[in-house]
Amino acid sequence: MDTIDARPRVRVPRTASPGEVVQIRTLANHPMENGERIDADGNRVPRHIIHRFVCTFNDETVIEMDIEPSLAANPFIEFEAEVPESGTFHFAWHDDNGDIYEATADIEVA
Amino acid sequence: MNISRRHVLAVGSAGLAVTLLPMPAQAAVDAGELIARFTGGAAPVDGPLTITAPQIAENGNAVGVEVACPGAKSIRILAPANPNPEVCTVHFGPRAGSHMLSTRIRMAETMDVIALAEMEDGSFVQASARVRVTIGGCGG
Repeated sequence: MDTIDARPRVRVPRTASPGEVVQIRTLANHPMENGERIDADGNRVPRHIIHRFVCTFNDETVIEMDIEPSLAANPFIEFEAEVPESGTFHFAWHDDNGDIYEATADIEVA
Repeated sequence: MNISRRHVLAVGSAGLAVTLLPMPAQAAVDAGELIARFTGGAAPVDGPLTITAPQIAENGNAVGVEVACPGAKSIRILAPANPNPEVCTVHFGPRAGSHMLSTRIRMAETMDVIALAEMEDGSFVQASARVRVTIGGCGG
């Protein structure tokens, strides 16, 4: 499978108050080939997707997501996290080809 | 071997039909059957699950869908008329701030998008939203 330059991006507030619920938005570049598309030569393009996404905060799970071929290309994922203290969000996108695209974001809670 | 013009046309058009119609051939998944596959046969009950999607989507390649369900362990999104009816399943961890997820999905045609939440007590809650799709987005 091809290597993808996924350039994962995350948007997380820089600061929050203890226990606040913050909004998180993530985006990765990926064609998310669903295995149904026929290319210009009439050949079926094999499946190649991001099949899993995980977000943790200070090593505790925020969300885990199992992804199937019907998610749109360039996966956009928005959700909310509760932050009891300052720390670091870690994000991981797992590609069918074995690559893992990662991002981190710090938040100061006071 | 004598290959007539008619024979060639017949074979050609059959091949073309197969090429053009890969999705309806595979998409005959009954929504109820699909749901039962994930609930183990249990019938979904009423609950606080909401699914928000546009009534009309001009481009089926990326349709914004938001699901939310207080008290859910996980929420699954299904697009029953797609060649791959499963879209995604989100599991909420201890640091989740709400039981909400917003994402963008592919839709091959007009259909009811289904959300199926598994609650803490193991019961299932179902909700759906009708989305009219102008241009389908599953390749083919």
